[in-house]
Amino acid sequence: MKPKFGIVEFPGSNCDHDAYYAVKKILGYDAEFLWHKDTDIKNSDVIILPGGFSYGDYLRTGAIAKFAPIMEEVVSFANSGGIVIGICNGFQVLLESGLLPGVMIKNESLKFVCKDVYLKVVNKNSTFTSKIEKDIIKIPIAHGEGNYFADDDTLKSLKENNQIVFEYVNKNGEVDEASNPNGSKLNIAGIINAKGNVIGMMPHPERACDSILGNIDGQQIFNSIVSNLKLLEIY
Amino acid sequence: MYKATVIIKTRKDILDPQGKAAEQGAKLLGFSNVSGTRIGKHVEFFVNTNNLEEAKKEVKEYSEKLLSNPIMEDFEFNLEEVDET
Repeated sequence: MKPKFGIVEFPGSNCDHDAYYAVKKILGYDAEFLWHKDTDIKNSDVIILPGGFSYGDYLRTGAIAKFAPIMEEVVSFANSGGIVIGICNGFQVLLESGLLPGVMIKNESLKFVCKDVYLKVVNKNSTFTSKIEKDIIKIPIAHGEGNYFADDDTLKSLKENNQIVFEYVNKNGEVDEASNPNGSKLNIAGIINAKGNVIGMMPHPERACDSILGNIDGQQIFNSIVSNLKLLEIY
Repeated sequence: MYKATVIIKTRKDILDPQGKAAEQGAKLLGFSNVSGTRIGKHVEFFVNTNNLEEAKKEVKEYSEKLLSNPIMEDFEFNLEEVDET
């Protein structure tokens, strides 16, 4: 049996098929879509909340998605230790749902930014990064509201508990203002919850999996997840 | 029946890129006295009850749970008695 990724589809999700393609067609794992109105995660081992503009992102990004029927299942799956990865809009949904701390505000530049960025893998021991060999990976971003904000106490505890997983850096791995594409506090690109089973990240690893696109740095994120499922002796 | 007006403001310690951009525009237009532009949201709706306390409670919960995000926004609301929508 192959590990199964459940990919949530909200109205307005637009990276759901990219995620499906990456985990199923490229990496060879099992994958199934989970409709937002469903109340069953169909025995998924991992849940992906994909990128896009759920419910048009009206009001605030992810604000309406958190009330989708499937989210109740996702929250209880996460609370019982299930692995959840929120990418871009999925990260925003995790923040609104309270599964991760903080909020996302508009990019400081007010521009939608779509480009490859360099990420420093700050925490290499997490469920999502343990198979990443490189210190710096290149992953594309595409968002208008990726400016991560949290109060100073929250940022301090994220740092102390090693919950900051990815930081925006330059090619040499240095954290600087010029490499921060959106104004995020501490150049934060991705964080995990205290338990380490939920990650939110603005960059799109599913868009960096197919070698024909010239970059497969995203693969090791999904492979890390699966290798940790194996450690849990599920597979 | 009441008509509710909710004003949602970005908290003062949080950067408001929209407000900042609008203010840059204000400077370009020559409004030299303008400063501290902050952009928020104005939401209007009706509350179908004649009980003021009940209306207040519902508007407050709606604002807390959905209309605003307490991490980055504050809200205030006003209720006005109206006959019909």
